[in-house]
Amino acid sequence: MNELKIKSSSDDYVVLTRESKAVPDPGVWGMLRTTVVAIPIGFITVFKHLFRKSVTIEYPFKKRPMFPRFRGLHYLERYEDGTERCVCCGLCAAACPADAIYMEPMENDKGERLAKVYEINMIRCIFCGFCEEACPEEAIFLGQEYEFAADSRDAFIYGKEKLLVTHPRPETTLKQMWRKVRRAF
Amino acid sequence: MEYLEFTIIALIKVVVIVIAVLTGCAYLTLAERRIVALFQQRVGPNLAGPFGLLQPMADAVKMIFKEDIRPAQAEGWFYNLAPVITFLPALLIFTVIPFGDTITLFGYETDMILSDMNIGVLFFFAVTSLSIYGILLAGWSSGSKYSLMGGLRASAQMISYEVAYGLSLVGVLLLAQTLSLQELVAQQDGFWGMYVWKQPLGFMIFFICAVAETNRSPFDLAEAESELVAGFHTEYSSMRFGTFFIGEYAAMIGVGAIATTIFFGGWRAPFEFLEFIPPILWFASKVAVFMFIYIWLRATLPRFRYDQLMNFGWKMLFPLALLNTMVTAGVRLWLK
Repeated sequence: MNELKIKSSSDDYVVLTRESKAVPDPGVWGMLRTTVVAIPIGFITVFKHLFRKSVTIEYPFKKRPMFPRFRGLHYLERYEDGTERCVCCGLCAAACPADAIYMEPMENDKGERLAKVYEINMIRCIFCGFCEEACPEEAIFLGQEYEFAADSRDAFIYGKEKLLVTHPRPETTLKQMWRKVRRAF
Repeated sequence: MEYLEFTIIALIKVVVIVIAVLTGCAYLTLAERRIVALFQQRVGPNLAGPFGLLQPMADAVKMIFKEDIRPAQAEGWFYNLAPVITFLPALLIFTVIPFGDTITLFGYETDMILSDMNIGVLFFFAVTSLSIYGILLAGWSSGSKYSLMGGLRASAQMISYEVAYGLSLVGVLLLAQTLSLQELVAQQDGFWGMYVWKQPLGFMIFFICAVAETNRSPFDLAEAESELVAGFHTEYSSMRFGTFFIGEYAAMIGVGAIATTIFFGGWRAPFEFLEFIPPILWFASKVAVFMFIYIWLRATLPRFRYDQLMNFGWKMLFPLALLNTMVTAGVRLWLK
C-alpha cells in the first residue's frame, strides 16, 4: 500500500509517487483515542519534569570544571629558582601551524640565551598544543584559562609579561607529569 | 449628586482593574518564562531582582525605548490601529467579571464588578471575537508575506472554533437560565455546585476553544515562530509589538477569569469552612490555576497543523458541543 512507485512521466525525469497517503487519516475514533489516551500521558510526563533538577550551570557564577587535558591560554614556565625555562630556540614557532608565535632572542649577563621578545597572537592561535609538544625545555604549556576576551585586536597579542608565570608555582599539573613520562621513552 | 458618586466609584473601579490586569500581564510573562524553564529543566530569567521579579520592568523599559520601525509598505493607519483592536477587547472582558462580594467603599455599598450586565456572557463572546480583527488587520496591513499568512491563518482558525466556542456555554446557560455572570456565581453553591460537574464536556470544549481564541500554543498558528517568523506581528516593533503582547496575556487572564466564573464558582469559596479567605484571593488563585494549565499546555503540545485544526474544530469540537447542548436540553426538559 505505502510503497514508493516510480512512474516515468517523460523521458527526462521520473516522478516518485505514493499509492496512498503517507500518514493515514486517523478518523474520528483515532482522534478520540489520541485525545483520551496519548495526550494525558504526555501531560503527566511533562509535569514530572517540573520537579527535576535544572541542568543549567549558571555560568558567570558557577564554572564547569575543565578537563585536565583541556588546552586553554598558554603560560611560560620557570625553573625552581625563578629563571625562565624558555631558551628562545624557535621550535614552537616552527611547529605552530597557525604561525602565531613570534620571538627575538637575547643573552643575559651569564651568557645564557633567553627570549627578549616572545609573543603569541591569540587570534591566530588555534590551541592545537603543538608548541607544547615541540618544546624541548618544557617551557610552554596550554593552561586551563579560557576567559580572555578583549575589545581590541592588540590586546590579543600576549607578550612575555602576560605569559610568564609568577614564581613560585609549586603545583604540577597532570599534563606536566605526562610530559615527563613521555620524555622518558 | 447620585450620578457623581456613581461616576467616581466606577472610575475608581476602572483604574484599579486596569492596573491589576496590566500588572497581572507583566507578571504572567515572567511566570510563563520561569515555569516553562522549569518544565524544560532550565532556570529562566532569575537575575533581575530577587528571583527575577524585576524582569517585567526591565522588559517594559526595553520595549518602550526601542525604535519603532514601520515598514514602507504598511497600509495607512490600519497598521497603527491593529494592536489597539487586539488589546482593547481583552481589557473589555474584565468589565463583566465579578471579582468578589458586595463591599463598602467610602460609605457606599458597591459590588466588586464594573458592570453587572444581564447579558454578561453574550457581551464576553461579542467582545473576545473582536480581537481577531486586530490580528487580521495587522496581517493584512503590514505588507509582508509572513504577516499575511499569519492573518489568513487567524481567520481560518476563528471560523473553525468560534461555533463550538459559542455552543459550549449553551449547556450551562440552559441549566442556569441566566446570562448574568453575577447570578451564575450566585447559583454555584459549594464544591459540588460548580457547573463544571454538571457540564464537564462543555467545560472541556470551552477551554480548548479558549486556547484557540487567545492564540496560544498549541493553536498559535497565526504566530507560528518556526514557520512564519512571528506571524501577524512580524513587522511590529517597540511598544506596538508590546501592545499585541499585553493583549495576548490580558486575553489569557480574561478567558481564565470567565472560565473560573462560569464553571468554578468565581470568587466563592468551594467549602464553607474556607470562607474566611477573602473572595478576591479565591478568584485570583482559581485564575492562577488556569494560567498554569495554559503554560503547561504550551510546554506539552506541539503546534497543530493548519488542516488538523480545522478537522479538529469541525469534526470533533462542533459535533460534541452540539451533542452536549442537545443532551442538556433534553435532560432539562425531562427533569422539568
